[in-house]
Parts: sequence; C-alpha cells; structure tokens
Amino acid sequence: MAEPILSVRNLQTYFRPDEGIVRAVDGASFDLYPGRTLGIVGESGCGKSVTARSILRIVDRPGKVEGGEIVLRRHDGRLVDIVGLDESGAEMRDIRGGEIGYVFQEPMSSLSAFYTIGNQVMEAIHLHKRVTEKEARDRAIELLHLVGIPRPEQRVDSYSFELSGGLRQRVMIALALAAEPRILIADEPTTALDVTTQAQILELIRKIQEERKLAVVLITHDMGVIAEMADAVSVMYLGKIVESGPVDEIFHAPKHPYTQALLRSIPSVLAEPRSRLATISGSIPHPYARPPGCTFNPRCGNFMPGKCDQAPPPATTLSADHEVRCFLYGEGVAT
Amino acid sequence: MLTYTLQRFGLALITIWAISVISFVIIQLPPGDFVDAYIASLSASGSMVRQEEAQALRQLYGLDQPIWVQYWKWASRVAQGDFGTSMEWGRPVTEVLGDRLWLTVAVSLAAIFLTWGIALPIGIYSAVRQYSMADYAFTLIGFVGLAVPNFLLALIIMYFGFVLFDLNVGGLFSAEYQLAPWSWGKAKDLMAHLPLPALILALAGTAQLIRIMRANLLDELRRPYVATARARGLAEWRVIVKYPVRAALNPFASTIGYLLPFVVSGSIVVSLVLSLPTVGPLLLRALVAQDMFLAGTIVLLLGVLTVIGTFISDLILMWIDPRIRAGIHG
Ligand SMILES: Nc1ncnc2c1ncn2[C@@H]1O[C@H](COP(=O)(O)OP(=O)(O)O)[C@@H](O)[C@H]1O
Ligand SMILES: [Mg+2]
Repeated sequence: MAEPILSVRNLQTYFRPDEGIVRAVDGASFDLYPGRTLGIVGESGCGKSVTARSILRIVDRPGKVEGGEIVLRRHDGRLVDIVGLDESGAEMRDIRGGEIGYVFQEPMSSLSAFYTIGNQVMEAIHLHKRVTEKEARDRAIELLHLVGIPRPEQRVDSYSFELSGGLRQRVMIALALAAEPRILIADEPTTALDVTTQAQILELIRKIQEERKLAVVLITHDMGVIAEMADAVSVMYLGKIVESGPVDEIFHAPKHPYTQALLRSIPSVLAEPRSRLATISGSIPHPYARPPGCTFNPRCGNFMPGKCDQAPPPATTLSADHEVRCFLYGEGVAT
Repeated sequence: MLTYTLQRFGLALITIWAISVISFVIIQLPPGDFVDAYIASLSASGSMVRQEEAQALRQLYGLDQPIWVQYWKWASRVAQGDFGTSMEWGRPVTEVLGDRLWLTVAVSLAAIFLTWGIALPIGIYSAVRQYSMADYAFTLIGFVGLAVPNFLLALIIMYFGFVLFDLNVGGLFSAEYQLAPWSWGKAKDLMAHLPLPALILALAGTAQLIRIMRANLLDELRRPYVATARARGLAEWRVIVKYPVRAALNPFASTIGYLLPFVVSGSIVVSLVLSLPTVGPLLLRALVAQDMFLAGTIVLLLGVLTVIGTFISDLILMWIDPRIRAGIHG
C-alpha cells in the first residue's frame, strides 16, 4: 500500500482537572491512507472525539496531548509531527482546515447564529487561499452546491437556524472542505440526524471522497455505518485501540471480545424477528477509576483471573494489518 | 420583523400610560387636594389667596369632577408640556427642572458607557484566562469596589483631587458657566467636568458587570461553534472576538434602557456629595417636602425616558441579532 498520509503512534491525551487525571486517549495508534476511509468505532466516552481533536490540537482545557506522535505528510511531501507543533502557531493553523477538515458531532450548534453561513464558509476560504471577496463568495456557493444544498445562491446568505439539521450538516461538510484539505475527519456526522438523512450524508461523504481522493477518518459508535463506509477499522475502548484491521476481517472474524460484543449489537436482517438486540453487559467505568490490567476485564465474558486484571495486554499481530490487544491471543495461544 | 417592532412599540405605549397613572397617583397622594396645599404653602409665606381665585384654580384642574376626568385634564396638560407648579419653589415645574433632566441623562449615559468600557474588556480577559493570577486579581478588586460605598469613593477622590492637583471636582460646570446660557464654551466645560462623576458612578456597576460578562463568555467559550472556528484555522484571538464575545455581548444591548433608573436612583448620594445638578437630589428633596407636582413630574419623565431607552435597545437588539430579525425569539 502507499505511504500513509497521517500516522498516529502511541497518542496520549490526558485531562488533568483538579480531581485527578483522565486518560482520555491512552496510547492509540493508527494509519490513514489517501483515498481510503478509516473507521474509529467505540461506545460513547471511549475517547474518539478527543483523538480527533488531538490531531488538530484543539483539545479543550484542561486536556493536553502529552505524548506520542502524529506524523502528517504535508502536501509538499514534508513529514511534520503535529505533537511537536505550537498549538497556536502558524503551521498548526495552516494544517487546520488547510490539510485536515473537521466535521463536528453537533450540526445544530457548530455554526454561529450571528453570521450567515456564507460568511463562515468564506472565512474558511480566505484563511487558506488568496482570493478576492467575489471569488470567495463564488467558491462558497459552489461548495454549497457540491454538498447538495438547493438554491445555494440564496442559501449562502441565510443563517444556520434557518436550515434543517440535515442541511446544517451539509453546510458543516462544505465548511470542512472549503480550503480543499486532503484529510476529512467526520466525528459522528450522522448521530444527530434521522435515518433517511443519515444515509444521504454518508452517501455525500463517500461521493466527495471519491471525487477528491480524500483520506477520511469516520468516527462512529455504529458498526452498521462502519460496514457501509470504511475500508479499515480501529475499535477503541477507554482510550486504547483494542483491535484494528481491514473491515472484512473484523466483520467476519472479530477477535477481541469487545469487538464481538459491538458486532452483536448491530440490528441484523438475519436476526430472529422481535428478538432483543444484544447489548454489551455492564457500563463504561468511571474515568477516574479505570480497572487494572485490560480495562475491558470487568465486562468481558472471557475474563481470566490473575491474567486480565494484572497488566495491560500487548498488541498481537494476527495477519498483515490485523492487530488485537487481548490475552486470548498471542504468546503462542492458538486462535 | 415589523410585527416585532410594532409589538415593542405597543408595549412601550402601554407602559408609558401605566407610568402616567402612577405619577398621577403620586401627585394625588397627600391629603386634601393640591389647591389646599397650594393655599397652605402660600399663606405660610405670608400671601393670601382669595376665595374666587381658589375656585378658579379648582375649576382649571377639574378638582370638582370625577377622578378620571381629573386624570384626563392633567394628562392633556402634561402632553402639552405643562407639568404644573412646584409648591416648594413657587415656579413652574419645567423651570425648576431646567437642564437637570438632560444633564442627568448625559451623566448617566457617560457612566453606563464607562462601566462597559472598563468592565467588558476585563470580563473578556478574565474568562479567556480563567483562574489566572489576573483573573483572581480582578475578582478581588471587583469585590473591594463592590464593598466601598460610592459616596465614600467620591469623597476620597474629591479630597485627593483637591489636595494633590488643586482641582475643584464638584459640579458639572465651572463657576462662570453655572448660570450662563448654552454655548460652545459651556458644552466644552461640561465635557471637561463629566468624566470624573461619570467614573465614580461607573465604578458602582463595574464589578457586577465583570462577573456577568465573565460568566456569559465562559458559557459561550464551551459551545461547539468555537471549536468549529478553531478547526478551520482561525487565529485564537480572532476566534474569541468574532464568535463567543459577539454572542456574550448581545444581551448587553438590551440593558441600555433600564439601566437609566438604576443609575439615577443609585446616584442620589453621589450627586449630593459632588453637587451635581441632576434630578436625583431634586427628587429626594421634592419627596421630603411633599412637593408632589415636582416629584410626580420627575418620576413621569424618568419613566418615559426609560421606556424610550428600552424601545431603542430593542431596536438595536433587532438590528444586531439575526435570530430576532428572523422572528425567532430567545
Ligand atoms: N473537557 C473535558 N474535560 C474533562 N474530561 C473530558 C473532557 N472532554 C472529554 N473528556 C473525557 O474524555 C473521555 C473521552 O471523551 P470523548 O472523546 O468525547 O468520547 P467519545 O468517544 O464519545 O467521543 C471521556 O471519558 C471524558 O471523561
Ligand atoms: Mg464524541
């Protein structure tokens, strides 16, 4: 495969409020390739958004990227470690929007109500391109057209609160694409939308990805969305990637008990009618009270006392790009 | 948008009517009718009122008629600018008031804008640098400012102004302009005198406004649109000024109107100390002397000014807030 455009290694992003320390991202690693979609999946609170924000270095205080590497291959071929950049420096700002576009989780409140959508899209264009006011406006209209907003010449002057949720999310995508980035991070882009609109937005992302050869990071808690959209998957649990691999392998031969549980929770056409949807037993532990050893052990059906609660499991390579962190595998244990 | 304007305008008219009723009630409050009071005050100063004259006065004011007729007659006269006679001063109320009303408005507006000028930037800084040393320092100074009575501050500043700079900080005019008619010189003189009393009055509201601005902005800084603005590569200070500060300032536009009565009533003691020719001290004196036409008029005019101010701030709010323009309230 080609060289990765973005390579995250052992990322650690911690929140240190007065009460303690939250290891929101605790050693995550993954690679992103041009023209491909990496799905990051996990329950709410697993650190998906913090991972995405770490890549742009826009983690809210008191959060901070404290370790690891985020190596970006810039458009001129230079390799830059984002972790080493000044958070508010010129290069970081150039990367935000210019190289990496970000679509946020909440389309309802991610646009300011005080400025027209055109104003905000044009701002994004002006920040990265030398264009006149007129050119920026034409581009903004073009972008709104690209993301499927009807009558873009008029919509460009409307305010976010005059649009439906679906249209707002389209505007957010236009905004993320304004400066022609090569990477698009979409953080649960469809969670707040109804089912029909969800399908349309996903279709739009796929279409744009093909046209622009974008590298896409698609964050979701929904394995169904992953099946539909992603080429590769990273399954995240409590700040760690517990399993990663090509979509086919993960879906056909999931290894980690957490991945298996996530897959059982997708509604399936093959399931018995009216059978209850499987849910993962137990709930996510409190951020300040992470269990020792493998953090999934209290909820795991394959829990091995004296092993799983001692030290965190190392990564085991199962095939070329299939990796899992679980004591059931590796160290000569048959799979 | 038009509906909103008309609605606000209608509300303003109703409020003005209600204020006029209250003012009328204030004027009617003392026992006996006001002609009795007028006669009493005249005879106290030695002159007598003939019976026919009293009768004529009663007829003029419709005192022999039902109360709503009296209100109507009074209101029609007020509408024509005749506010009656001040008992205590023996002169028409308009004459007693003179420029005081406008000077009050000038001092109050200057104080309000100064309050904003001081408090809003500090509030913004405190929110953006929450829990920094400066944030704590401003909070401390703010509470000290809140605890020290304004008139004391006025006295201290006057004292130091006098001792250190040989300044006479009282009043709004130099002696030579006190009674002079309006001219460029007098206006300039007013401008030179205005900052100090305005500053002293402004300091009263500053601490509170800093807290409000800080809290508003902290709220806004957490909103997703701020992260969105950062994520497109906007520099941090431009993110803050263009989006959350803009949103946090919005509510202040709607407070211009009703700050006026607060400043006027809060400024009475300071105005006495600094001998400012504003309506505050006059109102106090009118109430003490039961000079009801004067007191009623001041209440009426202040009320009407407040309503007009509120109406104007509603229009400003509509102008700056697209949601209200689009007819979405809240
Ligand atoms: N601003 C914050 N302050 C403290 N902790 C935070 C903050 N934002 C996120 N976290 C912590 O980081 C963890 C991961 O959050 P997040 O990445 O938003 O999860 P998700 O996978 O649902 O996107 C959560 O457990 C949360 O406690
Ligand atoms: Mg999230």
